[in-house]
Order: sequence, then C-alpha cells, then structure tokens
Amino acid sequence: MEWAVFVPTAALALAGGVGVIAARQPVHSALALLMVLASLAVSYLLLAAQFIAVLQVIIYAGAIVVLFLFVIMLLHARSGEGPREKLPRQRAEAYVFAALYLGVLLAAALGAAAPLASIAAEFGTAQQVGESLFTTYLLPFELASVILLVGIVAATVLGRRPPEHAGRGKG
Amino acid sequence: MITPPAFDLTLVAPELIVFGTALVVLMVDLWLAAERRGVLIAVSLLGLAWAAWMAAVAPDGVSFAGMYVRDALARAGQLLALGVTAAGVLVAPEYLRRGGLDRGEYYVLVLVAGAGAMLMAASRDLLMLFLSLEVLSIPLYILAATARGNPRSQEAGMKYFLLGAFASAFFLYGVALLYGVTGTTRLPDLATAVARLGSSAPAAAGLGLLVIGLGFKAAMVPFHTWAPDVYEGAPFPAAAFMSVVAKVGAFVALLRLFPLTLGALADQWRLLLGVLSAVTMIVGNLAALTQTGYKRLLAYSSIAHTGYMMVGIAIGTPAAVAAVITYLAVYAAMTTGAFAVAIALERGGGEADRIEDYSGLAGRAPLLALATAVFMVSLAGLPPTGGFVAKLGVFAAAVEGGGPGGLALALIGVLTSVISVYYYLRVAYVMYAGEAAGMVRIHASPLVNAVVLLTALVVVQIGILPAAVTAFAQQVGGLLR
Repeated sequence: MEWAVFVPTAALALAGGVGVIAARQPVHSALALLMVLASLAVSYLLLAAQFIAVLQVIIYAGAIVVLFLFVIMLLHARSGEGPREKLPRQRAEAYVFAALYLGVLLAAALGAAAPLASIAAEFGTAQQVGESLFTTYLLPFELASVILLVGIVAATVLGRRPPEHAGRGKG
Repeated sequence: MITPPAFDLTLVAPELIVFGTALVVLMVDLWLAAERRGVLIAVSLLGLAWAAWMAAVAPDGVSFAGMYVRDALARAGQLLALGVTAAGVLVAPEYLRRGGLDRGEYYVLVLVAGAGAMLMAASRDLLMLFLSLEVLSIPLYILAATARGNPRSQEAGMKYFLLGAFASAFFLYGVALLYGVTGTTRLPDLATAVARLGSSAPAAAGLGLLVIGLGFKAAMVPFHTWAPDVYEGAPFPAAAFMSVVAKVGAFVALLRLFPLTLGALADQWRLLLGVLSAVTMIVGNLAALTQTGYKRLLAYSSIAHTGYMMVGIAIGTPAAVAAVITYLAVYAAMTTGAFAVAIALERGGGEADRIEDYSGLAGRAPLLALATAVFMVSLAGLPPTGGFVAKLGVFAAAVEGGGPGGLALALIGVLTSVISVYYYLRVAYVMYAGEAAGMVRIHASPLVNAVVLLTALVVVQIGILPAAVTAFAQQVGGLLR
C-alpha cells in the first residue's frame, strides 16, 4: 500500500525537479517547483509526519512559491521570458560537477551498510515538534528570530535610495 | 505540559549583551540627528566592552539542553570576535561619512555578525552551528553591498550572497546526512555515534559537506573564488571586518568540529584537511604574486593564511590547536591593521585600492607607513612580529605531531612563506622607495589611527613577548587532553 503511493509521488517529485531546471520560462520552473514541494508533502504524510507535511504545504508550497511567482511577475512583466544564457561554457562544467556530486550522494545513500538511525513513532507530529521547539531547541528557535530581524534590517538597508554623491570606491 | 529546559542566562550573557546593544543602536538611531551619530559608536563600544568582561568572567558550563557550551575554546572565540567587532565599528565612521554611507544600520549589522561568530564558538550542536553561521553570514552579505551607489559593491554583495547561500545548503545537507545515520545533531553524541559506525559512506559524505560549508566561509581553496571579487567590491571597512570575523567564526567551528569533537577519528579526516590546506597555501600565495590591487592582495593573503591555519586543524594535536588560536589572534590584528591603513587613504574621491597608491607614503605619513611595514612583515611571517610566532607555532606542531604528512605540510608552509615575502615586502618597498603618489590624500581620523596603533602594538607585542597569548591558547589546547 505504501509503495503504491510512494512510487508515483517520488516519480512526480523527480519529474518536477527536472522541470525546475529544464523549463524555458521562469513561471513554468516555479510551477514545477510547486509540484516537487507538494509531492514531498505527500511523502512526509507517508512517514506519518502530519505536521511537517502541513507545514510543507503552507510554508513552501504556499508562501514561498507565491513569492517566487510575484518576483517573476514583477521582473518579467513585459516579456514573460527568462534571461538569455550568459555562461555557455560553464554549462558543460556544471553538468560534470553535478554528476560528480550526484555520484557522491548516491554512494552515500546506497552504500549505507549501517542501518539508518531509528526515530520515535511520534516524530513529526504537531505535539512533538512544538515540544522540542520549546525545550531542546529553545536557543536555536530564539536565534532564528535574530535571523529574521537581520533580514528586515537588510531590506531597509538595501531598499533605500542610493546617496546623491555616489562615486565612492570606483577605480 | 511542557517543562522548559534548565537554562542559565549568565552563561549566554556575552551574546545577549551584544544582541541587546545591536537593538539599542537600531532604536537610538531612529531619534538621532545625523551629526550626532558618534553616540552609536560609543554605545556599541560600551556594549562590546561589557560583553568582553562577561565573556572573561562568566563560568564554564553547558546549557540550553546541551546546545550551548562555554569552555576555553568558546571563550577564546568570543574574545577574538569581540575584538574584531570593536575594530570593525571603529574603522567605519570616518569612511562612511566621506562616502555619504553613514547609517546606523551599519553598526547594527557589524554587531550582529560579531554575535554570530561568538555563538559559532559556543555551539555544541550542528543545528546551532548552522544558525550561528547564518547569523554571522547574512549581515556580511549586506555589509558588502552597503555602497548602494557603486555597482561593484552591489555585485560583491550579490555574489557573496548567492555563493554563500549555496555553501550554506551544502552545510545543511551534511547535517541532514549525519542526522540520518546517527539520529543526533549534538556534537558529543555525534562523535560516539560516528565512531560506532566505523567507516560509513553517508557519515563521510556528511563530514565532507560540512567542510565545504565552513571552508567557503574561511575562503579555503577550492571554495575561495568569491573572496577577491567580494573584498574588491565591498567598501573598505566592510572588507576589513568580513575578512577577519568570518575567519574567526569558521576556524573556531572547524576546531570544535574536528580536533575537539572527532579527534578520535582523526585518520578519517586528516588526509582531506591536510590536502586542502596544502592546496590553499600554494594557490593563495602564487595568486597573490601577480596582484596589483591592495584589496585583492589582501584577499589572496587571507586565503594563504587560511591554508596555514588549516595545517593546525589537520594536525589536531593540543599544541596544534593552541597554535591555531594564536594564529587567529595574530591574523585578526595584522589584517585589520593592514585594512585600517588603507581606510585612512583616499585617491581622487575613491578608495586607494592600488598598491602604487602607497608609493612614497613614508615621506608623507611616516607613522602610518611604519605601521604598514610592521603589518607586511608580520603577514610575511618574519621576526620580530606576531606573524613569525604564529607560523612557527603551527609548523612546529606539524613537525612534532604530524608524522611525515605533517613534515610535508610544514615544508610547503615554509616554502610558500618565502614566496609571500616578495609580494608583502613589495608594498613596504614602494612606500619607502617610491615617489609620492599624486591624488592620494591622507585622512587623519583619530578612530582609524587608534585601530592602526593598537593592532600594530598587538602584532609587535605577540612577536616579542608571546607568552600572554600562547598561555591562553594552551588552555584551548588543554581541552584535548
């Protein structure tokens, strides 16, 4: 039963992943990404991690993909097309390095002679996530708020108008 | 009902104070008239001094459910981070005013990045380490891009951000792989779990990915290509700060992760780190030979010094760990100083970022030139400066505890140091032998002068009487025993 659900969702996730990088139009890439994220949410459900699956849908499939779509809409409002290929030579190199990296990861995943570490049955439920967030992971949780604050400060720094006499640092 | 973990706020007091100072600076800036921005610098320095005092006196211990640890390494990393953050605050104001970039947020970002480096030193969990790395990195991406009117600064910020995000993803993937096979992210548990696994492909791949993530921050070859471009495009004070604070954060994390946590498994990672350090020393020094820009020279110099510090990490004996801490302190002082001198100069309304801009400096500003000469001699690793003591410590530890591999690393280190004498002393040579460069103006800012003076004193002090620093560094090495 699990396999009947897992195999199609895994195939969809893979197809989506290829779609993200192969699509010619950025909008199609974003939609392919949505497919990846939704399929992953299903596989989280299969692992009985309901809460993580819900978060996946709300945060990634919802907020982040919508953000992507907004950016694409604002940047390519007129043409609806992506930028031209600017680094043709690096494409070949990218294939080589990506293949190498895939090899390393596959070797790591398939060569796992040792069994994976086991986890508790309630892993990924709302209660368990909430509890560990406010006990074990209290300090990292608070630290994440600092990162959000820095993001806001960064937006105000980068979003303001450049100063009038803006010639510094050239040449 | 959730019971929160036992936590001790005095333990995290140094970081709390720095974050608090950043918030105060952010709020005060809203009501401050532009010409009274000196208040922000005073507030920042007071906060940093208070945090340094707390870091020196706060007790050792583990807290926050084992996420946070305070020991000799954490204390060394925190004091170093606080020192370079104070220097980062001090070198900025005059330059920012000249360029019309003066904004309170600059100091907020510097303070937060400093706190990130402090937390990296105190992280006892991979997740905590990752978040601290981000707290350190994100402000640095923004600092690189603060010169909003200058396209090269924008490019530097963008490049640093994209490549940095990529490196962070590698780090996170490594954490995920390690968690997958061990079921923990806590460093001590990780060490026992990895040791129990023996040779495991996922664990090895995970550790390799962690090295990529941290190696990017430390500008380790082959993850160094961003450094020259980012340093070149970033405003001088930002480049000065990022070149040292990122190094402090990355190296205390590497020390914590490899010799201190996985010391028993040294044969699994020693070869990898040793080869990386050899390549970094060779590439950094050879590439620095042909540079004509001062910033690019310092960028390749920082890559080369990463290689020297990596030797100590790869060897991983107590003496080597202590040598890396000493090296970090010397590196922070001499690199900050070398950048601070450049901040005091200006060519035609822009940055004095060519080596020829320093031509004839000795005749016009003898003290500034003398300080630069001290920094260059120290960067080259010649006595009687701190750079010599630092290199001697690392190479001696490599010969002593590294076997044939350590001997090879020390040999490569000495040979590349000899090469480096040429490009460092070329700067000193043009200062004393060249004709005065036209268009270059000298701005005598008391804050920048203070940084130049202090760093020069530290470099000479460690060179002549290293005992104070090395004794402190030996406490860190003592963690291994």
